Amino acid sequence: MTSEPAADNHATHDCRRYIDNLSDYADGTLDDDLCRELETHMEHCENCRVVVNTFTKTVTLYHQLPAPEIPNTVRERLYKVLDLREFRPEDDE
Amino acid sequence: MTQADDAALVARLQAGDQTAYAQLVEDNASRIYRLALRMMGNEEDAEDVLQETFLSAFKAIDKFQSRSSLSTWLYRIASNAALMRLRKKEPVQVSVDEPIERDDGDTLPRQFFDFCCLPEETLLRDEAHEEMKRAVDELPVTLRSVFILRDIEGLSTEETANALDLSISAVKSRLMRARLKLREELSTYFARYGNGAQN
Ligand SMILES: [Zn+2]
Repeated sequence: MTSEPAADNHATHDCRRYIDNLSDYADGTLDDDLCRELETHMEHCENCRVVVNTFTKTVTLYHQLPAPEIPNTVRERLYKVLDLREFRPEDDE
Repeated sequence: MTQADDAALVARLQAGDQTAYAQLVEDNASRIYRLALRMMGNEEDAEDVLQETFLSAFKAIDKFQSRSSLSTWLYRIASNAALMRLRKKEPVQVSVDEPIERDDGDTLPRQFFDFCCLPEETLLRDEAHEEMKRAVDELPVTLRSVFILRDIEGLSTEETANALDLSISAVKSRLMRARLKLREELSTYFARYGNGAQN
């Protein structure tokens, strides 16, 4: 079972305020005072702790998402459409 | 690429040097394709956006001003091309000026499963990656474009604002909403594995 029933307790005024600042926290750009405040709050508020941790983890996981490569055929067709095939730099990779 | 490299390349581009055009393509095709693929969600449209981006860029190169870098400028052209196409496809859902600062009831956390401590092989398995991509595809396009540029392509807030013609605060609030929605989706997905469904 997921811990859904706790949702009601979570929407306190304080929690809402921290949620508004989650992005800055995850990016490490939240100002120091608020950051300390949030971390203290997290010690007592299980839901915020989970939300903050999973929010940060979500951002990290997306940063690590493998990048799709452009297929060679797509690259070749691009040069052709642009009429630049003869100017294509040597493949030095 | 440094600013000086950029300036030298721009000068050659504006002089009509074909080798410089090819260089611009070589340096940027891969990231523009990536952006297009993530915005459009399929390879065919992504290729169209890719081609359109460079065709438009070559036409507009005379108007390029070095207030932004060449790569941000290309992101901007590509984002516009993608948004235009998406609007044709889903005209109701996609409006660039859509006032999205509505009540944020839809972004309030509801899912409190802590997936942080799941083993790496669960978090990083192919299926999880597919789920992550699906979740991005399902974001409203106004949030998706910001999220892709900021968190997947790694642009700064300023560069993203520049590429999408948005204010800094709009980028921040859209990014926030996108991340909250994705957190919710991933929590729901991973909760299934944390509750004995691991395999
Ligand atoms: Zn709280």
